[in-house]
Formats: sequence, C-alpha cells, structure tokens
Amino acid sequence: MSKKKIRVLVAKPGLDSHDRGAKVVARALRDAGMEVIYTGLRQTPEQIVETVLQEDVDVLGLSILSGAHMTLFPKIIELMEKKGLNDVLVFAGGIIPEEDILPLKKLGVKEIFGPGTPTDTVVNFVKEHVEKSR
Amino acid sequence: MVTAQQLVDAILKGDHRAIAKAITHVENNTLEAQKIVSQLYPRTGKAQIIGVTGPGGAGKSTLVEKLIKELRRRGKTVGIVAVDPTSPFSGGAFLGDRIRMQDLSTNEGVFIRSMATRNNPGGLAKATKDAVRILDASGKDVVIVETVGAGQSEVDIIKIAQTVVVVLAPGLGDEIQAIKAGIMEIGDVFVVNKADRENANKAVSDIQAMLELADEKSKWEPAIVKTVAITGEGIDKLWEKIEEHKIYLEKGEASVRQKRIVETELVEAIKQKTAEHIIEALKKNGKLDALVSKILAKEIDPSAAAEKVLTEQIKKQV
Repeated sequence: MSKKKIRVLVAKPGLDSHDRGAKVVARALRDAGMEVIYTGLRQTPEQIVETVLQEDVDVLGLSILSGAHMTLFPKIIELMEKKGLNDVLVFAGGIIPEEDILPLKKLGVKEIFGPGTPTDTVVNFVKEHVEKSR
Repeated sequence: MVTAQQLVDAILKGDHRAIAKAITHVENNTLEAQKIVSQLYPRTGKAQIIGVTGPGGAGKSTLVEKLIKELRRRGKTVGIVAVDPTSPFSGGAFLGDRIRMQDLSTNEGVFIRSMATRNNPGGLAKATKDAVRILDASGKDVVIVETVGAGQSEVDIIKIAQTVVVVLAPGLGDEIQAIKAGIMEIGDVFVVNKADRENANKAVSDIQAMLELADEKSKWEPAIVKTVAITGEGIDKLWEKIEEHKIYLEKGEASVRQKRIVETELVEAIKQKTAEHIIEALKKNGKLDALVSKILAKEIDPSAAAEKVLTEQIKKQV
C-alpha cells in the first residue's frame, strides 16, 4: 500500500498577476514530497472551490497581492462550507495588513504568511496540520 | 467517513465530489478502492476513451482544453485525467495541466483531475486506468487521458485508450526520427500543432514518410491533422478524425483490441497478486531473509532461489 500523499491546491484569486510567491511556495511544497496543483492566475472563488472539490486536495493555499482578500476569502470559505469542504486546511500568503489577520483567522483561514516567510515555515505548517487531521 | 457503497451510488449519479473521493482511494490503493472499482466495473464501457500523448511542449494541454470545448459544443460531457511526472527525488509533483484549462473548472459537464505518476513508468500513473473507469461509470460521454510528456517508452496509453492522439509540433523533425520507435507507433491520429509556424508542412511530410515505412499491419491509415490549439484552428477537424477512427473500430477492431487489453491486464494482475502473496508469506516465515543470506554467501543465485520458491509453492498446492 502506498503512503498517502498530501495534495495541495495553490490558487491565485482575483485580478493581480504576480505569481512569483505562489510559485515559490508551490515548489517548496513539491520539494517536500507533496503533490501540488497550481490553478494559474485570475481565478474566481467558484473556480477555486470547484477545483478543490475535483482534485480532492487536503490543503488550499491562497496567494493574493491585490488587496481584495476581505472580499474574496470570505466568498471562498462560504462556498467551501456550502459544498461540505470544511475539512480542507486553508492558508494564505501575500500582502495582507495586520488588522485583517484576526478577522480572516476567525473566518477559517488557519494561517497567514507575509512576505519574507521562510518556505520551511510553510512546509512545516502544512505537514503538521495535515498529519494532525488524518 | 463515507462508505464505498455510498460513493458508488453517488458516482453512478454523476456526483463530482464522489468521483473525486473515489479517485483518491484508487490513487492511495486503499481497502475501499477495490470494492469501488469492482462495483463500478459492470457499469463501464459506455464512454469513448481518448488518449492524448506527445513530447513535452507540443501543446497537449492547450489542445485538450480546446477539444473539451468542442465536445461541450456538441453536447457531450467530458472527464479528463491529466498525468504529470512525480519527482524521483522528493516524491512530490507539480501538476500544472489545469493552468491551460482554467475556465473549464466551473463547467458542469466537465470533470478534470490532475494525477502524478508516483514513479510509475509508461507515461501514466497506476491509478489512471481505474480513474478512467470511475469517470466512465459516472456517465461521462468522453474520457480524455493526457499522458506525461512522452517519448520512446511512454506508450502505456494504448492499454487504456480506444483512440490515441499523438501531438507533435513543427521543428521536431529530428525528434520525430528519434521517437519513431516509441509513441510514433501508437498514434491513430497525429496532430501537428502550432501549424501557423514555418515548417508545419515539413512536419506533416516527416510523419507521412515515417508512417509509410511502418509495417502493413492495420487497415486504419493514421490521419494527420494540422491545428493551432491556441486559436482553436483545426480542432473540429481533429474531432472528425477521432470519430472516423471510432467508426472504424466499431466495424470489428474494437473487440479485438478490447480482448487484448483485458488479457494483458489480467495477466499483469495475476503476476502482481501472486507475487505479493508469496513474498508476503516468505517475509513472515523468515524464508526470504534466509534466502538472501544464502545468496550473499554465494550458495545459490537469485534466479535459482526464485525457482526454489516456486517449486515449494507448487508442492504446497498439490
């Protein structure tokens, strides 16, 4: 029996077109032995949630730099709840102001990583949380 | 925890969540996986299964995206399994085929699953075949399997697909030479993608020349279609050729192929299951270790040791 792989979706909601950070994180997770699916740029919440469902991922990583996180993240979480995808671990990265962090965490975003976060921190976070929930 | 039976019932109704969960089961080779596949098996065989293969960078994903849109226009539902390689070093994988299929993720008639090879050779994952069965049983009219970037040895797609589409691009002249022993032998339809580039006609004639050299085995003459996947040019023509091939198969070749495919699969499954069974027993009773020591001490060679194992096994059966 093969070991269960951690599957992660790295998604870019909204309209900004900077995906270097998303790609760096995707690569770090891949190098840590995970299967990483990348959506590409400019995804709607509906597209992201349907992809989470079809790919049956354990983790959703959202990367955003546009400032629209307080609109897009709640929408994504709401859609996920509607589809019964509450067991998926959600984390975020990008430019997210201090004062938005607490509200987003209350909403269900488990962790938020700002610029300069070492990739190891993200990898360890994902590993720990997925192993705990299994 | 959802039971295998619940998943099967939901899959037969076409439920995407259940399809996704079941594919995870077959990927992870869980206890439920076998149950799910066994129950769905009688309901398979309705979907048209198309394989899309070719070297990396030829435009497979973009072509598949356009093909899906063409099929949706024709009112057909589509399942896609897109395979990408697993890193032999980290065991991880970057699955990027969806990037080219973005706006299809919310299309209700389309289910896309990215799959890593998990180091299975042949251009597919071990679970690809069962994923195709799940999509077939779920009622998708067409199932498309996109292989990893393929060359000489990634030809396992013929064990799954009814029609194999080989995608090439201009400027691969020498490569066509190099891969003539591999995927060039399995194409039912050849696509010269990026046909707006110069040398497109040269690529077509290279393929033609190569096909003419092939042994006269089949009555089907592989078709060659020029496409520009990015604009959608030639996609309708490609679908027509795939349909022509389907009609050709239905005249008799299909059952021959199907029989060959099933036989190969059965033989492989027997090999795998008997080997697993015997090896497991040898590990438990310590005989495997004992044989390894004997081999290391040069008392016996590995092949003779295996022979011995087999003889003992047969004796036990009698």
